[in-house]
Amino acid sequence: MAFRILAGCTGCWACAPLCPSGAIRAATPHFLIDAQRCSECDGDYADPQCASICPIEGVIVDSAGVALNPPGSLTGIPPARWAAVRAEIQAR
Amino acid sequence: MQPWVPGSLGCARSSIPAQTTGAETDGVAPLPDAVRARVHDHPCYSEGAHHHYARMHLAVAPACNIQCHYCNRKFDCSNESRPGVVSELLTPEQAAHKAMAVAARIPQLTVIGIAGPGDPLANPERTFDTLRLVRARAPDMKLCVSTNGLALPGLVDDLVRCGVDHVTITINCVDPEIGAMIYPWIFWQNRRVKGRRAAEILIEQQQKGLEALVAHGVLVKVNSVLIPGVNDCHLSQVSRVVKAKGAFLHNLLPLIAEPSHGTFFGLMGQRPPTAEELSAAQDACGADMRLMRHCRQCRADAIGLLGDDRGSGLRLADLAEGEVDDRAAMEARQAARAAIERSRAAARPAAEVLVPLAAVGRRSERADAVLMAVASRDGTCVDQHFGQASELLVYEVSARRAVRVGTLQVEPYCSGADACGGGDAALRATVAVLAGCAVLLCAQIGYEPWRRLEAAGIQPNGEHADEPIDATLRAVYRELAEAGRLKPVRSTPDRLTA
Ligand code: SF4
Ligand code: SF4
Repeated sequence: MAFRILAGCTGCWACAPLCPSGAIRAATPHFLIDAQRCSECDGDYADPQCASICPIEGVIVDSAGVALNPPGSLTGIPPARWAAVRAEIQAR
Repeated sequence: MQPWVPGSLGCARSSIPAQTTGAETDGVAPLPDAVRARVHDHPCYSEGAHHHYARMHLAVAPACNIQCHYCNRKFDCSNESRPGVVSELLTPEQAAHKAMAVAARIPQLTVIGIAGPGDPLANPERTFDTLRLVRARAPDMKLCVSTNGLALPGLVDDLVRCGVDHVTITINCVDPEIGAMIYPWIFWQNRRVKGRRAAEILIEQQQKGLEALVAHGVLVKVNSVLIPGVNDCHLSQVSRVVKAKGAFLHNLLPLIAEPSHGTFFGLMGQRPPTAEELSAAQDACGADMRLMRHCRQCRADAIGLLGDDRGSGLRLADLAEGEVDDRAAMEARQAARAAIERSRAAARPAAEVLVPLAAVGRRSERADAVLMAVASRDGTCVDQHFGQASELLVYEVSARRAVRVGTLQVEPYCSGADACGGGDAALRATVAVLAGCAVLLCAQIGYEPWRRLEAAGIQPNGEHADEPIDATLRAVYRELAEAGRLKPVRSTPDRLTA
C-alpha cells in the first residue's frame, strides 16, 4: 500500500513537507515516494496529503497505477482541448 | 453590487460606474505623506523612483496552495508578478548570499522581495528564513512579499517580526461566484477544496489578512488581474472594498492568456483585455492607480531597474563565491541613494516626485484624450519594430499631458530575422488587444501589419523612430488635432463585445 510519483512532477515541493510519514524525497528528475514508508496517510488524514495539494494531473498514482488526479480534474481543461492546442502549436 | 452576467464578454461602458464615491472621486487625492515617504524610493510604487532605484526578487518559494485559471503550474505563474520560467530555485542561504552579492554590485538596490515562483506564504520556512537572513545582513533594505492571501492571516505576525514593510495581495474578486470562475481549487486544512466554497475561503482569508496587515502598519498593495467578461465589471467594487480597508494602492494587471502557455484561460479561449478596456477599468477603479501604471509584471527572479531585467545576467554561479563586505556595501548604497536623491530633487519640484496625481485631471477634462500605443524596448524612446515587441506601452494623451495607462503583453508576430510571416494568429491577437487606440507608434512596421492596423481604425506611425516617447506623443497628438482626426478614448461604445 503506497503511492508513487511519476515523471511530470515539477518538483514544486508542495507535497514533501505535508507527508506525515516523511516518505517523500526531493529527487531529480522528479520527486520520489519511499514505498516502505508511505502509509497513504491512513490514520493521519482523511485525504492523502500529497495527492491533495499536487497541482499536476496524473503524476501521483496508487499501488494499482491509477492516477489520484486524472487529466482534467485539477485544471478543468478537457484533455482533448489541450491535445488539440498542442498539436496546433507543434504544427506551426 | 455590480451584477455579473455569465458569458457576457466585456462590460458595457455604461455599466462601469464613472468613478467611485464621494470626495475621493476627483481622482486627485494624493497619498498621505507618511505613505509617500515610504514608497518614495520603491521602484514598483513610484514612477519617479523606478528610473533610479532597483529591486530584486528572490525565487525561494516553489510551492503553491491554490490554482488560478491564468496559471499553468508546469511553468511559473504567467500573471501577477511572474511571467516566464524561474530557472534557478534558491535555498534561503543561497538567496541571501545572492542578494548580498547583488546589493554590493548594484548600489541603487532598495527593495528585496519574495514573489514566487509559487506562493511565498505557502513556503513559510523558506520565505521567513530568507527574510531573516537578508534583514540581518542588510538592515537598510526594504523587504516585500507577494501572496495570494490564503495563508496570510496566520503569518501576519511573522511578517511584521521580520520587518516586512510592503505586502502585495492578489485579489481578483470579493464575490465567490466570480471567484469560482477564476480558482478551480485551494488546499485548505489538509484537503483540496473546489468550487464556490474554495473561493469563499480564499476571499475571507485575503480580507482578514489585509485588515491585519493594515492594523500592524504594513503597507498593502492589491493586485487584480483584469479578466474580460469575468471580473472586469467587478473590479471597481474590489477597489472600493480594499481601499476602505486601508490598501494604499490597487493595481490592475491585464490578463496574459496565450494558448501556448497551457493555462485554462489560454486554452479555453479567454481573451486578454484591450487597451480601451484596461483604460476604462482603471478609471472605474479610481485614479490613484496611475502610481502603478509603469508596472511591468516582472518575473519572480527579476533583478534591476523595471523593464531592464538583469536577472539572466546575474545568476548565482556568476557571482563571486567570496565574502561580501556587508558594511562597505551598505555604505556604498547610502552614498548612491543620497546622490540619486540630490539629482531627483534638482530635476523636479518635490511635489512631483510621485506621478503627479493632481496633474491627471478630472474625467470631464479628458474628453479630448486619445489612447496611443508605443513599441519601445527601453521604455523611453520609440525604438522597437512592431513585430518584435512583446509588450506595448499604452498612453492616454490629451492636449495637456500624456499618462501611462498600462502595459499590454503581446506575442511578437515576427519571430524570424528576415521573414515576418507565420505570425498570423499573433498579429491578429495583437491588433485585437490594441482596440481603442488611435495610433500605434513604432520604429518600423511591415506592410501587412500596417494594413491590418489601419483596417482596425488604428493609425500606424513609424516616423518617430528612436525619438523620445513623450515628445513623440505630443507631436502626434498635435498632428491629429490639426487634421481634425481626434477620436476620443471612449467614443466607441462597446464595439468589442463580440
Ligand atoms: S500518501 Fe501520505 S504518506 Fe504517502 S507519500 Fe503521500 S503524503 Fe506521504
Ligand atoms: S506536489 Fe506534485 S508536482 Fe509538486 S513535487 Fe509533489 S509530486 Fe511533484
